Amino acid sequence: MAEAIRQVRVPRGAGVGVLAVFPPLTLFLFLMPVLAGLGGVVLPAFGYFPPLGGDVFSLAPWRQMMAEPGVGTAITVSLTTGFGATLLTLVLALAVAAAWHDTKIFAALRRHLAPLLAVPHAAFAIGFAFLAAPSGWMARLLSPWLTGWRRPPDIASVQDEHGLALLIALVCKEIFFLLLMILAALGQVNADKLIAAARGLGYGPVAAWCKVVLPLVYRQIRLPVYAVLAYGLSVVDMAIILGPTTPPTFAVMVLNWFQAPELGLRFQAAVGALLLLLMAIGAIAVWRCGEIALAYTARGVLSNGVRRFADRTVTWMSGALLGLIFLITAASILALVVWSFTDVWRFPAAVPQEFAVSAWRGVMLADPLAVTAGVGIVVTVIALLAVTGCLENELHNGVSPTQRSLVLLYLPLLVPQVSFLSGLQILFVVLNIDGTLLAVMLCHLAFVLPYVFLVLADPYRTLDPRYARTAATLGASPWRIFREVRLPLLMKAILAAAAVGFAVSVGQYLATLLPGAGRVTSVTTDVMNALLNGDRRIVGIYGLIQMALPVTVFMLAVLAPYRPTLRTVPS
Amino acid sequence: MRTVLARFFIFVLFAAVLPRDALAVSSEWPSIVARARGQDVHWHAYGGDEKVNRYIQWVADEVKRRYGLTLHHVKVGNIAETVTQLVAEKAAGRTEGGRVDLMWLNGQNFAAMKENNLLFGPITHVLPRFALVDTVHKPTTLLDFTVPTLGLESPWGMAQLVFFADSDAVRRPPRTIAALREWTIANPGRFTYPAPPDFTGQTFLKQVFLETLDNRDVAYRPVREDDFQRVTAPLWRFIEGLHPHLWRKGASFPPSYAAMRQLMTDGEIDIAFAFNPAEASNAVAQKLLPSSVRSFVLEAGTIGNTHFVAIPQTASSKDGAMVVADFLLSPEAQSRKANPEHWGDPTVLSLDKLSDAERQLFEDLPRGRAMPSAADLQLSLSEPHPTWTTRIAQEWRKRYVK
Repeated sequence: MAEAIRQVRVPRGAGVGVLAVFPPLTLFLFLMPVLAGLGGVVLPAFGYFPPLGGDVFSLAPWRQMMAEPGVGTAITVSLTTGFGATLLTLVLALAVAAAWHDTKIFAALRRHLAPLLAVPHAAFAIGFAFLAAPSGWMARLLSPWLTGWRRPPDIASVQDEHGLALLIALVCKEIFFLLLMILAALGQVNADKLIAAARGLGYGPVAAWCKVVLPLVYRQIRLPVYAVLAYGLSVVDMAIILGPTTPPTFAVMVLNWFQAPELGLRFQAAVGALLLLLMAIGAIAVWRCGEIALAYTARGVLSNGVRRFADRTVTWMSGALLGLIFLITAASILALVVWSFTDVWRFPAAVPQEFAVSAWRGVMLADPLAVTAGVGIVVTVIALLAVTGCLENELHNGVSPTQRSLVLLYLPLLVPQVSFLSGLQILFVVLNIDGTLLAVMLCHLAFVLPYVFLVLADPYRTLDPRYARTAATLGASPWRIFREVRLPLLMKAILAAAAVGFAVSVGQYLATLLPGAGRVTSVTTDVMNALLNGDRRIVGIYGLIQMALPVTVFMLAVLAPYRPTLRTVPS
Repeated sequence: MRTVLARFFIFVLFAAVLPRDALAVSSEWPSIVARARGQDVHWHAYGGDEKVNRYIQWVADEVKRRYGLTLHHVKVGNIAETVTQLVAEKAAGRTEGGRVDLMWLNGQNFAAMKENNLLFGPITHVLPRFALVDTVHKPTTLLDFTVPTLGLESPWGMAQLVFFADSDAVRRPPRTIAALREWTIANPGRFTYPAPPDFTGQTFLKQVFLETLDNRDVAYRPVREDDFQRVTAPLWRFIEGLHPHLWRKGASFPPSYAAMRQLMTDGEIDIAFAFNPAEASNAVAQKLLPSSVRSFVLEAGTIGNTHFVAIPQTASSKDGAMVVADFLLSPEAQSRKANPEHWGDPTVLSLDKLSDAERQLFEDLPRGRAMPSAADLQLSLSEPHPTWTTRIAQEWRKRYVK
């Protein structure tokens, strides 16, 4: 009997061995574009790019780039927005989790976080810009009765030279991502029991959370925090909308060099791409040092026995800030909706003077919508297959992922997009797939795969193995166990992962623009194109559609009343 | 003007000795049209202007109906992106089967393409309707920013720098560059211009450059580095007197024409300018600007130029691209382009060369209320040599991007 059960625990059917190909295949799928792209910028960064006459290695491009006006300012702004946004987001996310973890609000947050996450960065930034601009909605609501402004004031409330508007918008957008990651981590570390024990010893809610749970949770969310940091200092679409202009942030500056008419700028663009990568690595290293230093100095605080941490202040501050962020997000989305039905809306009117639906008719939507949805669906399905294959392999062949392989998984999220996507362009031309849907899908996959893995891995690994074992003792084959036991039980998680994957694909700007070579138009490239045109009514429509697509899928997937039904096995 | 004419005659001499069979593969128009049938033409053109997008969609429908070819508008933010892409293709050793069949360009982008031998042609002598182009009174149809086109690009439309202001806020619009500065000092924060390398912003700087020069001849020769600082000193003196009084005190600039126009829509500035005489009129018709907006040009004239279409060396559908370029020169296409309700760009054609019915198409065109008068548009200045565009933009960044 003992022998029989051991055999059941490791069922090695005919199909199971095949699963071993999944991890290397998946790694190849999302690491290949990153590594090949980085290769494509390293050579020109050191002067080697024969088609433009660069056939000797030199440091001239580095000197050329450092001499470019505004580089120092651009780098400073990128670093401050990256660090500032990450620090604020993390502190606020932890404060919310610490102060509100056992309230009804937190439970509601847990349920509704996912659709908020699906709001694309560009759409949110456009709405945010309209709220905060000197001629924006806030100023209009308060003028002239309170401010006395009959004309918009000449103040820099968006696109300010220090990048503060960008920083605030990043916090508003990334807070939901970190909260989701903290929620997932809380489940893994058995937080409820730990907190109950600490509360039993007389610790206040915030103190209990910070002293007992935080050290465990932080280890789990460390990589997501690094991803937020790298994203903050290399983001392009939000920086174009909200960041400074003269000079822009460093990532936007590098992208401009790549697209400049002076072909010689390609060398310094490559240097910039490489420098951006080094900045991301350096920023993560500095952050890591900060973690170590903080862990060392905080050791005393953790064990000093003090039972309270300004509990009330933390609770109200974090609650108020989170409420404000909800309000800003809702108002930004509302701004897009209102503008898309507006005809005339001049300062300082609080609401549009004339409404019209005419702008909707002029917008050519069918093709970009089909491309966006098609690419999103194909990429998500491939990612689901690859990730499910990897997780099945883990289960059957007993390979558990190391911390190191998790870093690999995060690589596409840690490497600045500008750094490798620009280098990929040449590779795609060599392969003769530039400007095709295939090239776009390959790039999207690099970003979709990690997210799908992150969302799916946990439910998969924590699924009670006894279901499968029972089925196996009844003689079911591994394939049948997968199909009729695990799949139905995990369907809700798989749908959630699919929705996340789809949302990530829809939101991709650079990963569509560069491999698509301008020939692949998605809803997101159209949003940025409409932005060039400077007509808020059109921008509102595109932004709304860009948002509606992933949010609808989220609603369908996450709120679907799916109950796993296990069919009875015929005897 | 004399310099431009002299250059024009040099060009005519040069064009005469060009080998007529440079286009050996497709010298016969009817066979080009026949081969174009069924081709897919990918036209890379600025995609940030809805009215232009709609015009190109109309062209696509027309060439589908008339010539049975499929035209795809590849919307780009800046045609320089496409130049970069073609360089990438050259890097990968591609000599044919390229993804770009037709490009909308002029100025330094044309100069870059020409210099790097990335263009196919000459093409204009093959296009039957090129004969209708007014190359005599519109010399910029052959000299793109003073660079001879050598038939490598086909003219598509004319453009001119035109200012506009809300007549309720600006009672007497400033008609010289110096008056504009006076107005800005009196109305701080209510004027700005797009930062180079935006072409509208560069055109404004070139306008100031030409107006502050004692002798403009130097602007029509390539930049001489040893002389650059001396020649441009009046330009920078002017700009330095202007900047403290601009929107956001000249510390920040809108990145594009559209961004500047949006500032006007939002009421953040009172005077703006565009590189299309019908632009303000269009914006009023689209309700982007209030109906009290009026256009004006400067007394000394404003910079005008021509924009073109060209075919890359690696294009896959050269025949189809030539058929499109030729259709763009048809009186129907040109009069629709000149119609302010659709676009409003002045035509490149000579009305004298058209039939009565064709000329009527142009004479029937509506005039927007916010458009400048035809007499005002006669005051046209030629573009300086493209090296000035690049060099002034570079110097501007060095001085004002900190």
